[in-house]
Amino acid sequence: MYPAMFDYLAPTSVEETLSILAERGDEVKVLAGGQSLIPMMKLRFASPSTLVDIGRLPGLSQIDETDGYLRLGALVRHNDVVDSDLVRRTNHTMSAAAPWIADPVVRNLGTIGGSLAHADPEGDWASVMLACGGEIVATSTSGQRVLPVTEFIVDMFTTMLRPDELLTEVRVPKYHGRAGGAYLKLERKIGDYATAAVATHLELGGDGRIATAGIALTSVAPKNTKAVDAEQLLVGQAPSDELFAEAAELAARASDPKTDVRGPAEYKRDVVRVFVRRGLAKAAELASVA
Amino acid sequence: METTITINGVARTFDVEPRVLLVDLLRTRAGLTGTHIGCDTTSCGVCTVLLDGRPVKSCTVFAVQAGGREVTTVEGLVKNGELHPIQAAFKEEHGLQCGYCTPAMMLVGTALIERNPDPSDEEVRWAISGNLCRCTGYMNIVKAIQRAASEMRHAAEGSTVG
Repeated sequence: MYPAMFDYLAPTSVEETLSILAERGDEVKVLAGGQSLIPMMKLRFASPSTLVDIGRLPGLSQIDETDGYLRLGALVRHNDVVDSDLVRRTNHTMSAAAPWIADPVVRNLGTIGGSLAHADPEGDWASVMLACGGEIVATSTSGQRVLPVTEFIVDMFTTMLRPDELLTEVRVPKYHGRAGGAYLKLERKIGDYATAAVATHLELGGDGRIATAGIALTSVAPKNTKAVDAEQLLVGQAPSDELFAEAAELAARASDPKTDVRGPAEYKRDVVRVFVRRGLAKAAELASVA
Repeated sequence: METTITINGVARTFDVEPRVLLVDLLRTRAGLTGTHIGCDTTSCGVCTVLLDGRPVKSCTVFAVQAGGREVTTVEGLVKNGELHPIQAAFKEEHGLQCGYCTPAMMLVGTALIERNPDPSDEEVRWAISGNLCRCTGYMNIVKAIQRAASEMRHAAEGSTVG
């Protein structure tokens, strides 16, 4: 299978990329790892007239921790997250999700920035970001915008990114105090989209009660869904199995799965219920030893 | 457009359309047909090659994206006419039947051993989980990768002692 013809630009700096986007952002498509875009181009679901390949740009592949944020450059590969001790120490949800994205070979090319900008409603990273309060840094020649992922993802395959903007960084706040998280994903086989997946994140206050709660669902609604009612129920409460079961019921109600080849809707909703309960228990367990 | 890719240690320049996929450049332009095409949809992994040492599916990479980078294909495993330990191990352990997935499995195996010289059964299975084999049932592929790891560890120990 071959994509339609396109022009190819390979800028060598972020500045050069931004000026291309400023001049002709409407006509071009940014290529990062290409693990979603290239298959879509081969199927001719996407036929951009010009590709701007940012894959070899310097300065977008770092993972570091500054000013209260865990920061990941847009070109950080999924496997870089799998391998990162810093991520393992600072964000359990990200660390747990990374090994379940696509398959080990695809993870060598696919990027966190590309994945979020692509906004596939069945993508895993958006749920992680929704649960952990993640933000996107969008850069253009006129400056930078910081967009919470809750607003950044507008709809399936649609984000707030303007044509002149490049997603340059993905960041999550550093935990305050004791925190834990999990990502549970059911897939038919390695590399498949999730049948259902759940991201959880909990921060405990000095009194042992839940100070912050994040729950987000993958592949069970038209876009990644933050289970807001369940999150609100948890805040201010002491962690317990009964509380988590109640939150799980609310999260399952917030899901809106479709019956398809991966299973009936009722089954997927039940997987959400079970995964939210387990994911919260795991998050609380990790937080209690943090 | 012109693109220069180091393939199996040799820098080669090609004039290619940007939409040419790396797997096709390797097979039809570079004449290296050891890299196979299977599903053509990023699923089966038989087109896996190493890009700067990391396994990637070459049906989902444009050749121009490999410009300035190093690509290793199965043809690059043989050194001085001698089989690479992973090739010898696949032969010894009968790690193949039809052979279609074998070049990819061997490359993924070498990349794994590079990072993890003594991979467990589970670690090997995890590493090859993006690569499908439809005839051996994986048992002998796992054994072959572990045998290669063992041979390479012993060779490294030997050279250290020496």
